[in-house]
Amino acid sequence: MVSIIDYEAGNLTSVARALRHIGVECTITRKHDEIFASERVIFPGVGAAGEAMEIIRREGLDGVIRETIARGRPFLGICLGAQIILGESEEDGGTVCLGIIPGTAKRFAGADITIPHMGWNDISATRPHPLLAGVDPRAQFYFVHSYYPAPEKQEDIIATTGYGVSFASIIGHQNVIATQFHLEKSGRHGLRILENFCNWDGKV
Amino acid sequence: MLSKRIIICLDVKEGKTTKGIKFKGNVDIGDPVAMAAQYYEQGVDELVFYDITASSDKRNIIIDVVEGVAREIFIPFSVGGGIRSLDDMHRVLTAGAEKISINTAAVKDPNLIYTGARAFGSQCIVLGMDAKKVEKTPELPSGYEVYINGGRTPVGIDAVQWARQAQDLGAGEICLNSIDADGTNAGYELTLTSLISDAVSIPVIASGGAGEPEHLRDVFKQSGADAALIASMVHYERYTVGQIKEYLAGENVPVRTFI
Repeated sequence: MVSIIDYEAGNLTSVARALRHIGVECTITRKHDEIFASERVIFPGVGAAGEAMEIIRREGLDGVIRETIARGRPFLGICLGAQIILGESEEDGGTVCLGIIPGTAKRFAGADITIPHMGWNDISATRPHPLLAGVDPRAQFYFVHSYYPAPEKQEDIIATTGYGVSFASIIGHQNVIATQFHLEKSGRHGLRILENFCNWDGKV
Repeated sequence: MLSKRIIICLDVKEGKTTKGIKFKGNVDIGDPVAMAAQYYEQGVDELVFYDITASSDKRNIIIDVVEGVAREIFIPFSVGGGIRSLDDMHRVLTAGAEKISINTAAVKDPNLIYTGARAFGSQCIVLGMDAKKVEKTPELPSGYEVYINGGRTPVGIDAVQWARQAQDLGAGEICLNSIDADGTNAGYELTLTSLISDAVSIPVIASGGAGEPEHLRDVFKQSGADAALIASMVHYERYTVGQIKEYLAGENVPVRTFI
């Protein structure tokens, strides 16, 4: 069973639909015991970092997320989920986040680029990872975001994408992995990564 | 590199698509879910369902369509037509749409853009805009006027000003339809598309006039459009999505070709 963390915002049902499509059982939940009992955890989402962190703290989910990760459960962040696992975000006038991977979510800047970064873009793997098994380097993925993950350590970057800057589009550390793009909206290649996550033991 | 998006628009009436489509194989002609699945397989980047149902229970019909589509395809799609409230938005988004498109309702109540963006995020809110070339006046300095009610009613608002206002209110994207070009198959309205895409920093979808792959090349090369809406050129099987993308790739327009 996969738990999708319910934090009131974000398109949780899309991720659940994609999981069901690949034959994986899942539940959208904020119940602590249900999350602890699941094999793996997904934190999906769209929305703003400030509001998401407020709900996460109010529901005590910050502790639950840290504890599941400490227990070695495979943990997947999607979109906003790739940002709130960092130390902080520039969004909403500066938001303290979960601090699971050291770094900051930064806002895209530059007069020449359209913001948000919306549409299909490439990813370039900086090192092999079980999540990318069988994923063709020509595959593109669907992005929609105005902030991007900037991890402090190079070793936490799994893949990069170019949009004005080269930013980390997949980050990870041990049993934690997060994609800035929407796996559930990226066609068959997105579903493949989702499937890889559901078969992953959390080891790299 | 970020690809230019090819978006297919499907008009849906009483739960059925309105344009005569003849797909090869055993696809139920007029079934929006089957059509969506076909275009998904062909490699379309995004879909728009425009609900033109007139009956009073239209919302339930389109919700069924959205749910059906969301089970079959795993790319973004939006829904427009008759969305007037936060409750309408919530229902469509919960049923599986990525975005909602508002047009007439936003002109009548611009605050709907703001409250929608606050509630669901800017990335969910697409401003649909129908614009027509008019004489430049102090009230319409760009020479393009906004129309509502499916392009039938002028409202005396300047298209460029409205685009900026919508962006400031929190719209995440603008789907810009040229009334003059719509249905001509003679190409997009490049002047209008450039004016709007230069005026805002959010993505602009060009709409109206696409008949040939060259028209997409022109709008991508000669205006700041991030995406192009197409309909009849694929609905009547004159082109597949793959053929259009292959042409664009050959013309050095960045498109997603590895599906």
